[in-house]
Amino acid sequence: MELRSKIPSGPIESRWEKHRFDMNLVNPANKRKYTIIVVGTGLAGGAAAATLGELGYNVLCFTYHDSARRAHSIAAQGGINAAKNYQGDGDSIFRLFYDTVKGGDFRSRESNVYRLAEVSNEIIDQCVASGVPFARDYGGLLDNRSFGGAQVSRTFYARGQTGQQLLLGAYQSLMRQVHAGTVKLFTEHEMLDVILVDSVARGIVTRNLRTGEIQPWLGDAVALGTGGYSNVYYLSTNAMKCNATAAWRAYKRGAGFANPCFTQIHPTCIPVAGEYQSKLTLMSESLRNDGRIWVPVEPAETRPAGEIPEDERDYYLERMYPAFGNLVPRDLASRRAKDMCDQGKGVGETKLGVYLDFRDAINRLGKETIEARYGNLFEMYERITGENPYQVPMRIFPAPHYTMGGLWVDYNLMTNVPGLYAIGEANFSDHGANRLGASALMQGLADGYFVLPYTIGDWIGGERPTPVPEDHPDVTRTVDEVQTRVDRLLALDGKRTVDDIHRELGRIMWNECGMSRDAAGLEKAIERIPELREEFWENAAVVGSGDTINQVLERAGRVADFLELGELMCRDALAREESCGGHFRLEHQTPEGEAKRDDEDFQHVTVWEYKGDSTAPVEHREPLEFEYVPPTQRSYK
Amino acid sequence: MATSTMKLKLHVWRQESPSARGGFVTYEADANEHMSFLEMLDVLNESLESRGEEPIVFDHDCREGICGTCGMVINGRPHGPWERTTVCQLHMREYGDGDQIWIEPWRAKGFPVVKDLFVDRSAFDRILQSGGFISANSGGAPDANAIPVKHEAAEESMDAAACIGCGACVAACPNASAMLFTGAKIAHLNRLPQGQPERYDRALDMILQMEEEAFGSCTNHGACAEACPKGIELDVIAMLNRDYLAAVVKAG
Ligand SMILES: Cc1cc2nc3c(=O)[nH]c(=O)nc-3n(C[C@H](O)[C@H](O)[C@H](O)COP(=O)(O)OP(=O)(O)OC[C@H]3O[C@@H](n4cnc5c(N)ncnc54)[C@H](O)[C@@H]3O)c2cc1C
Ligand code: SF4
Ligand code: FES
Repeated sequence: MELRSKIPSGPIESRWEKHRFDMNLVNPANKRKYTIIVVGTGLAGGAAAATLGELGYNVLCFTYHDSARRAHSIAAQGGINAAKNYQGDGDSIFRLFYDTVKGGDFRSRESNVYRLAEVSNEIIDQCVASGVPFARDYGGLLDNRSFGGAQVSRTFYARGQTGQQLLLGAYQSLMRQVHAGTVKLFTEHEMLDVILVDSVARGIVTRNLRTGEIQPWLGDAVALGTGGYSNVYYLSTNAMKCNATAAWRAYKRGAGFANPCFTQIHPTCIPVAGEYQSKLTLMSESLRNDGRIWVPVEPAETRPAGEIPEDERDYYLERMYPAFGNLVPRDLASRRAKDMCDQGKGVGETKLGVYLDFRDAINRLGKETIEARYGNLFEMYERITGENPYQVPMRIFPAPHYTMGGLWVDYNLMTNVPGLYAIGEANFSDHGANRLGASALMQGLADGYFVLPYTIGDWIGGERPTPVPEDHPDVTRTVDEVQTRVDRLLALDGKRTVDDIHRELGRIMWNECGMSRDAAGLEKAIERIPELREEFWENAAVVGSGDTINQVLERAGRVADFLELGELMCRDALAREESCGGHFRLEHQTPEGEAKRDDEDFQHVTVWEYKGDSTAPVEHREPLEFEYVPPTQRSYK
Repeated sequence: MATSTMKLKLHVWRQESPSARGGFVTYEADANEHMSFLEMLDVLNESLESRGEEPIVFDHDCREGICGTCGMVINGRPHGPWERTTVCQLHMREYGDGDQIWIEPWRAKGFPVVKDLFVDRSAFDRILQSGGFISANSGGAPDANAIPVKHEAAEESMDAAACIGCGACVAACPNASAMLFTGAKIAHLNRLPQGQPERYDRALDMILQMEEEAFGSCTNHGACAEACPKGIELDVIAMLNRDYLAAVVKAG
């Protein structure tokens, strides 16, 4: 596997501009002769498909949802970063770049991150132009707030529904292109494989979720904006249907999978209530701006929160990290919450929770201000738990939330498979070992609106692909393989439900490859997961037929892929003998329990190459260089 | 405090395909007060699956009340008994031991049943395609603060933009009208300065498309706003009517 990052040379501030100038162009009149396949209608896929359509390409766009507007991006609450410096608090492109590289614990590519910071401003302009109703101050200008890990106010928001509004913006642009005929949209179509013709990505195979029809689609480039894989943990903040299938199929066709063990556990989620729990609900971390996190000093505490006096509360983040307090990055906030619970100081029925308390903020700012800022989040909390957070502190606990790892891509967002691109959460590129709050929306839209539409032109313009016949043997072979797999799944008539197997995988992943990891646990998981996989293929119960909506079949296919990906995550976590960002190896910590990074041996991206179902994957490395942000041990003290 | 549990009798609409005849099937279900309504159905479905029976098909995704995927009529009410709550956010503490619950799909000509509780809402997408956008190509937009937007305008636009496209308004309406949904998008965009250039064309085009779909007309019943989980108010319909009339007058 060859990993050429294709980072342009020259000063970092001018790399993207120079690169744009150097890229091949496609004559406007010729664009419609080229077909681009975009999978996904989230921020990344939706924005990309709409923009490619605007540019004049012939776009085929796919989603397994019943409407493009349902993509998981819709659920993002908190906000989106940009380096506008509208608040005049000293923000700049360089600072956003610097914060993102540092926040990622020096495991991301400087050039990509710089470009992200650079286009962040254009994103806000674009969103406003397309009607996103961001919050405004009374002078009519855009309002900002500060978000985990940043000391400036650079986060734009639309109440607690920023993702929804951004996605609707992209969706509306997409609908406009559908109307104009440049984009053909296929809903309820799940991509189940990539078609490679002579080792170049030339199409995909989908299953129509309503009719069961399995069908190839051919084009001149393929872009996957298919989201992240947190649902490998079974319980996560991701929507129920989020899955890794598209990325995993690409991996099995030769695309490198980068840093699969870099996952983010979000500190502020509603704790698990019981075994039947189907998903976890995030409480936006913007709540940490005004809420104070604490646990009782005494492990044996039984009094309700309100009766615990001030001096018997431990505001542990404020105590341990005076400079950042409750706003430390997510990985720290999560790990410290786990420590507190491990020490028996957890709160709530299960003792797996900490308090997030608004009492002081309500006293200081008034209930109305708090309601204006977080009203819908408080409502949501009350609906789920039956408790009123204006009166009693919220209970929160960490939950899997975001995956920094993903398909390896070069500076152009192309995987190592020519013609195959990955955008948004599906790629690995910008967040290193930890993502800062409000930066995923930024990345999704950056990739979709402002990067991919240009870089894909470079490929098309340089390569000038010619059409592939539908009956090309590589096409029919891939379709047959998909059909065989679906038939195999449908034939499973064992005893154990797909969800039950998924739950067990989730428990293994959470225990051994979650907030903290060690060699013994990972080795155990690497042994156990293949056994569970075997059990799945022998004993799973897949009822129903293949020619109609079959949600069990849909889930079974996704779980089968998670059962492979989970193992790769553990292998990656085992190979990375250091702690960095969200990846915390118990063997590698300072005496104070902080992560100990090893830049000597691990300042690289780990990229895994598939070698067959019964052969171990091969590890490759892309070394990382830091010219502009010299690596330092992160300190939020 | 012990968690309270309950036994329920569910009458669930099962329908094999769009053309098949559907009917209610009765199931016994166990639940506890902390579960969500959909988790209660998950548990039932898992037990059906392990008996080799086909689970009840219902669509859902975020389970946070934001994606608009879920939707079913519970004891006659779209999204169930809680105000301003999608069914995925409804929790079982609402119910008690021995309760009977009738569960049906959205019933509207514009939303044909696909299977069980799963309906086809693609008509909503087509309405939006006809004009529910602002024509702003990516790249070259002016600085975001170049045009100030009055705080109230932004807020009122956001009120309407909160629509999740679930379709409960149509399901609640005795005429199965899609005015609240359509009005919400028109109000979201037409309340902003950026939405002004296409304001009247938008209203005209979206309403024409709405009429082409199998939705009924509005008789000011108001059941839509009552059922809406996002609190979309009837004033969006007033705006839709105003802008539509103005558009018709303009078009002469
Ligand atoms: C609860 C929550 C809150 C968040 N809040 C924030 C926030 O405040 N700020 C922030 O910056 N980030 C936030 N994030 C992260 C952010 O929302 C996501 O990382 C981002 O939206 C991902 O966008 P995407 O376009 O890459 O993927 P998605 O939005 O997940 O879209 C994936 C798309 O791909 C399609 N797809 C996937 N696989 C297939 C397949 N095989 N075939 C066909 N279609 C397929 C899906 O249908 C969907 O359309 C949050 C995440 C969660 C879970
Ligand atoms: S107006 Fe309300 S009920 Fe109708 S689709 Fe929108 S959110 Fe759902
Ligand atoms: S499942 Fe998303 S709104 Fe109910």
